[in-house]
Amino acid sequence: MNIFVCVKQVPDTETKIIPTSDGSFIETASIKWIMNPYDEYAVEQALLIKTSNPAANVTVVRLGSVKDTEALRTAMAMGADDAALIEAPDNLDSYSIAKALKGAIDKSGKKPDLIFTGKQAIDDDALQVPQILAEMFNFPSVSVIVGFEQSGTTIKVKREVEGGALEVYEVSTPVVLAANKGLNTPRYASLPGIMKAKKKPMLQYSLGDVGVSDADRRVKYSGFKLPPEKPPGKKFDATDAAKQKEVVAQVVGLLRTEAKVI
Amino acid sequence: MDFALSSDQLEIRDLALKFARNEMIPHAQEYDEHGKFPAEIFKKAWELGLINSCIPAEYGGSGFSGVDGVIIGEALAYGCMGMNTSFMANDLALLPIVIGGSDAQKKKFLTPFTEQFKIASFCLTEPENGSDASGIKTQIKDGGDHWIINGDKMWITNAGFADLFVVYGTIDSSLKHKGISAVVVEGKTPGIELGKKEDKMGHRSSDTRGVKFNNVKVPKENMLGKPGEGWAIAMSTLDHSRPLVASSALGGAQRAMDLSIQYSKERIQFGVPIAKHQAVQFMIAEMGMKIEAARLLVHKAAWLCDQGKKNTEVASYAKAFASDSCMQITTDAVQIYGGYGYSREYPVEKLMRDAKLIQIYEGTSQIQRLVMARELLK
Ligand SMILES: Cc1cc2nc3c(=O)[nH]c(=O)nc-3n(C[C@H](O)[C@H](O)[C@H](O)COP(=O)(O)OP(=O)(O)OC[C@H]3O[C@@H](n4cnc5c(N)ncnc54)[C@H](O)[C@@H]3O)c2cc1C
Repeated sequence: MNIFVCVKQVPDTETKIIPTSDGSFIETASIKWIMNPYDEYAVEQALLIKTSNPAANVTVVRLGSVKDTEALRTAMAMGADDAALIEAPDNLDSYSIAKALKGAIDKSGKKPDLIFTGKQAIDDDALQVPQILAEMFNFPSVSVIVGFEQSGTTIKVKREVEGGALEVYEVSTPVVLAANKGLNTPRYASLPGIMKAKKKPMLQYSLGDVGVSDADRRVKYSGFKLPPEKPPGKKFDATDAAKQKEVVAQVVGLLRTEAKVI
Repeated sequence: MDFALSSDQLEIRDLALKFARNEMIPHAQEYDEHGKFPAEIFKKAWELGLINSCIPAEYGGSGFSGVDGVIIGEALAYGCMGMNTSFMANDLALLPIVIGGSDAQKKKFLTPFTEQFKIASFCLTEPENGSDASGIKTQIKDGGDHWIINGDKMWITNAGFADLFVVYGTIDSSLKHKGISAVVVEGKTPGIELGKKEDKMGHRSSDTRGVKFNNVKVPKENMLGKPGEGWAIAMSTLDHSRPLVASSALGGAQRAMDLSIQYSKERIQFGVPIAKHQAVQFMIAEMGMKIEAARLLVHKAAWLCDQGKKNTEVASYAKAFASDSCMQITTDAVQIYGGYGYSREYPVEKLMRDAKLIQIYEGTSQIQRLVMARELLK
């Protein structure tokens, strides 16, 4: 069985984001990169399958700038067998990313049975790659999964919907599954695992190698800037009972004219 | 000269810090309050390869250097100095075997620690002999095909859970340090009597007890080195372990500084965050300066050891400087938190209680200065 896990490297959640001076992207030089947290559930699920099926091969695939390959190394230290890296700018759009991931999976020569991703990446929150990838492969896909059971080529997944209800799907492999928090508890990469990961194979591709060119871009970014700073909140003192009516009228007035919420 | 950690070391540190943040910090307060031994956390850390860093690769260990060891130690102490005392006591007890054991002894005693989660205790201190360790009175008598141990040990970390004790005693107390010998005693050996768990000021999750050895028989092959070589093994153990103990002070100090920086930016007095008051800034600057200097000393003391160079003097600098700094820094952290710092609901008072022990065990800050002076005036 061939399992692929697509992982993205995203800025650590504590990173202070600064747009570049020309507004074309964000400053990446001082960012500490981590594996996208939802992708950790994806990697863990692949490894859980491998535990019960030791013949399974788990390949992790990442697209991004090479600088450091934290996410791939972490995944291999957790137990993935090998990795592929597609060297590309960090601000590609979802379509190009999905096309490149498919290109790299095709290039591996291994027919995918299961492709796992996170349900979204916490940097651009586009929530599109798993679905586009599944379309390109012509595979079914289920996203936001919190439960996984497999018997042969039949997979039963649970998916969270609004209000906490669960939908249960039965799909057959090959399939693209996008993981949500709650699917499992991602393991730590152990120290021996970290050491072993250094010897595991990692293929490197350019965008051209996997068949992606500039013409594939569907979204062009016109600029990056920080959201406007929130003005400080206003406080209204209504402790004096005699003045309460007046204060309430003032607040209601401001909610109408200034905040325009009522 | 290169002050940078290798990429391996950065990864080791990141893993250990992640473990400290996710698995230790959230539980530290509770284990401290109830004096609960952190068995599950200890085991989890072992599963990740964070425990027993001193075991060489040929006996199943990870083959970490001393510098790797202090990097891990600092990160785990960042999570909780008290829990880290339990973790570190394993290394302290296994080091005499690494240093003074034969190949057969290493296979027999070290390898099981890499295959299964096990706990060890180092038994040097006695009720009447702490700093003056060469005066220990525990008797190791020749019983023909075995040794017979009789004596009282005091302040023994991990004693209540130990699968293995490394016990120092004397074959003849009139020989002073020339009579001191070290034997390995398996945890289940008849005649070992555990005292009650000490109710301590800090490091309350660690298990500390007196241990009595009443006619405890151990096989002849359990002695490390020859009779009378125990003192040399103990001194060499300290050269290896003092940087490690110092790294624990470093982790605690770093945590106190991180908390101080965070709190001082949030707490408003006189209309500004207290971090804007110069008196507070100076306390934080002092913390940063001491931590940086202590880290350099700790890394150097471990590095010298890795190079096979004598590090006795630098190890004492590191141990005394890091632990004295940790005491000052954690005290100032309480000061920066003000009244809140004095409350158990905030994390800094525990750091201050925990810091105190590091100035005491593994040679008090005074004994470290004796060692330094002895080396300097030689
Ligand atoms: C929580 C805890 C855990 C411990 N774990 C272990 C363990 O696992 N294994 C183990 O073997 N031991 C352990 N110890 C023992 C520890 O190493 C000793 O407590 C320490 O060495 C000090 O010895 P003492 O308590 O007898 O103090 P003392 O030696 O009585 O010292 C009392 C005071 O006198 C000072 N002093 C003594 N001699 C001199 C001198 N010549 N010059 C100047 N000042 C001096 C000391 O600095 C100290 O301030 C532990 C202790 C504690 C509290």
